[in-house]
Amino acid sequence: MHEQPLLSVQHLNKQFGSGCSKCTQLENRGLTKNYCPNCGTIYACQDISLELYSGEILGVVGESGSGKSSLMKCLYFDSDVTSGEAYIDDKELKGKNLFALSAQRKRYIRNHKYGMVYQNPVHGLKMNFSSIGNIAEKLIAAGNRNVGEMEAIGKSLLEKVHIPIYRMKEEPQHFSGGMQQRVQIAKALSNNPPVLFLDEVTTGLDLSVQADVLDLIKNIQRELGISMLVVSHDLAVIRMLADRTIVMLNGKIIEQGLTDQILEDPAHAYTQQLVYSLL
Amino acid sequence: MKTKPHFAFLDEGSKKEIRRTILKAVAIPGYQVPFASREMPIARGWGTGGLQITLSLIGKEDVLKVIDQGADESVNAVSIKKLVQSTTGVEITEQTADASLIQSRHRIPEVPLTYKQILVLQVPMPEPLRVYEAKEYKTKMLHAEQEYSGAWLMLFEQIMKYGKTSTDADHPVYVNDRYVMAPSPIPRFDNPKMNQSEALILLGAGREKKIYAIPPFTDVTSLAFEDYPFAKEDFTNKHCYLCGADDVFLDELIDEHSGETIYQCNDTSYCMERLNSNQKEEVGSVDA
Amino acid sequence: MGYVAVKGGTKAIEASIKRLKYERLKGQDSIHVETILATMRGMVDQVMSEASLYDPYLAALAIKQAEGSMEEAVFLLRAHRSTLPRLYYSQTMETENMFVERRISASFKDIPGGQLLGATYDYTHRLLDFQLIEETKSDIEQWLSEYEQEVNCSNPQEEVIYFPKVVDYLREEGLFETNPLENTPPDDITKKSLQFPASRSERLQVLTRGQTGAVTSLGYASLRGYGQVHPTVGEVRVGNLPIYVSPPTEEESEYEDDYYIGEVKLTEVESFVPVMKQNNRNKKELEFEIGYGICFGQNETKAIAMSILDQCLDHPEAPYPTHDEEFVLLHIDSVESTGFISHLKLPHYVTFQSKLDSVRGVKQEVEKDEN
Repeated sequence: MHEQPLLSVQHLNKQFGSGCSKCTQLENRGLTKNYCPNCGTIYACQDISLELYSGEILGVVGESGSGKSSLMKCLYFDSDVTSGEAYIDDKELKGKNLFALSAQRKRYIRNHKYGMVYQNPVHGLKMNFSSIGNIAEKLIAAGNRNVGEMEAIGKSLLEKVHIPIYRMKEEPQHFSGGMQQRVQIAKALSNNPPVLFLDEVTTGLDLSVQADVLDLIKNIQRELGISMLVVSHDLAVIRMLADRTIVMLNGKIIEQGLTDQILEDPAHAYTQQLVYSLL
Repeated sequence: MKTKPHFAFLDEGSKKEIRRTILKAVAIPGYQVPFASREMPIARGWGTGGLQITLSLIGKEDVLKVIDQGADESVNAVSIKKLVQSTTGVEITEQTADASLIQSRHRIPEVPLTYKQILVLQVPMPEPLRVYEAKEYKTKMLHAEQEYSGAWLMLFEQIMKYGKTSTDADHPVYVNDRYVMAPSPIPRFDNPKMNQSEALILLGAGREKKIYAIPPFTDVTSLAFEDYPFAKEDFTNKHCYLCGADDVFLDELIDEHSGETIYQCNDTSYCMERLNSNQKEEVGSVDA
Repeated sequence: MGYVAVKGGTKAIEASIKRLKYERLKGQDSIHVETILATMRGMVDQVMSEASLYDPYLAALAIKQAEGSMEEAVFLLRAHRSTLPRLYYSQTMETENMFVERRISASFKDIPGGQLLGATYDYTHRLLDFQLIEETKSDIEQWLSEYEQEVNCSNPQEEVIYFPKVVDYLREEGLFETNPLENTPPDDITKKSLQFPASRSERLQVLTRGQTGAVTSLGYASLRGYGQVHPTVGEVRVGNLPIYVSPPTEEESEYEDDYYIGEVKLTEVESFVPVMKQNNRNKKELEFEIGYGICFGQNETKAIAMSILDQCLDHPEAPYPTHDEEFVLLHIDSVESTGFISHLKLPHYVTFQSKLDSVRGVKQEVEKDEN
């Protein structure tokens, strides 16, 4: 493929703890799962490299402790990386390692280039502000200063995620879990971000609601062509959404490829186990 | 035992520290500079921030004016004047134009200030983002990252709820296109006076231990959306029942006899000046 | 003839101050500062502690001037403190060297050096003593001479007893972490404003200056359920401690060159709190941590409450306001809280006018919508 990746991550490492003489060598750490039994350091992400192309959905699947959520937090700057680089295909930011930027620049990228949907809507929404206000917050952060315009965008987005307009001034704290998640998606989309992160967005929702939300995401992706990075422990979610998939285990990428290919011909023993349990 | 207080109350070490803080504040317009803040002989919340600025700047040549809610004779203004005068002996004035240093609570005088003057405003809550975020540790980061969507969101929510912004005094301002700042609880009427002000404006919060500044000729804009422009308090068709002024901030009073609502200049010395010059004109016209 | 400003404010203030003096004197009696010093020990101690200025005589004067109002007395002393240049920091004080008047441990029945009950209200029955109404100078003299005789007879011991710290005993057993000596100068919160996260030295300074009632309330709240600290009082000690400063000119002075500048009375508390900790092999272990409380004078409730809060603030992860350093440290200062509460008495008519305008505007907007 000659196409330039929209987001490229190289050698990302995230560890909790300072490490000891026995575990600092990447090749031979002698870890138990993802932590060093000698010093207790946790290696949440080890040498992760990935590329996200324009208009695709990239799935990251793994069990809890695999490092997929830590990876997501690092990419969205919710937590700092231990080492590694990330680049975005953007005129202003070309050739600049995003992780090395100032907090102010990182904030700029979050506000203008990224959208995020958290597993728990509490992290993505201001529960005691109106739903339309929540959407406006993201628009304001991205520089909009026109109430009428923001109201119009907010209305159309709420419509898109099937929230009745007459409820737009209500606070999400009065909504059901599924509705909250849909408001969160509307908010994340509001600044038309080139990149959208979705972290276990359907975990904790009823099965019927899950299908609803997944449908919505798929439709939005088709319509707007936004690139998405979808993290889930649930291979079923990945199967439904992702074009390509990365499988993570104990902080490492153990397998990656087209989703169909991984589902039909899993190479790694762990992936095989995952796929068979799905059938 | 030492009983005689030092010139301008504070010891020279403290004054120097406060002046250094002021210099830093002037260098970064709108940024809240932390300082140690001494305990003063007047209570925290009663103007100790402004007072510390005044006392650390004042020299024997200065002429001081102190107002509270626009009035020179307000009890707290009198109390502050008494303290400064008893420790410095400087000249006190009520004429805005004659003062070199003006300490004020909640008002900017009606007479435009000049580059020879310094205005010191007393500040109860210096953090414009506090309603939105309680933690100082976090608001500091928001300022650092120039992340002000919280302040805007408050206004947006008001518009959604009430159809217009419902801020009263202390309407937040953008300073020099960088920091969002609490202008202290001056009415919205006074916000535009901060923009491109000739006089240096210093703001002091004693209890919250912050000093910040608007240097002369700095851009100051009140936060407002494009389609919901900033609006001052509305005194259309109202005027001062004493001097007749109609372009000033007015106090609303109830006439004890008639029970009617009447209006009076909030800036008492401005009203007095107008009354006196009106009288002169009348006297002059009789002579002619 | 021009118009002149009415001097209403000036006159009103003068009259008010006069009236205040009248209220102080109208009983036609006055109390000597020396009498306050001799009889109002608890109050003098509390004022010095909250004002963070150790001067019993000036504290007594402040109490007289404030007619016994604690917040006023503390305020007076704090304002006075601002006028004083601060020239030296003392040498680090070692409370092990305290001349102990009272020392108890709730953790052990008996402790090396022994429990020393000393002077305490703890075991008095709180019944009003009506005989005090009639107490005369000769009563006092007689009682004192009898008491002194009694003490001299029953306690001929001349040597000074050494009271080791209770925690040292447990440290030897490895139940407490042993920390290296740390004698770097503290961050002085009166010279640099508090920034967050606060250093331990800043935290301890704010707590020890805290208003007794506020510190007690928050400590109590934590103990009762809004916190995760349930301590055992390892040791309370009350007594005098000498203070030394180094000669200002010499960079590195020998201990012998230090000047003795007086002594202060202190209450010190070390509370023991069991905490689950992860050791360096990633295993969970139960260990003790110390909550530290100290204040000027004898004020044991405050010092114990401070030790609870100190420990709380060491664990900011707990979801209670008593574990939130901004919540605790920014709201317990007497001068700040009483000042801001009382500022509500100042006129606010400009801000109110602005509020009126805003509320009227909103109302009109709503009416417009409805029509």
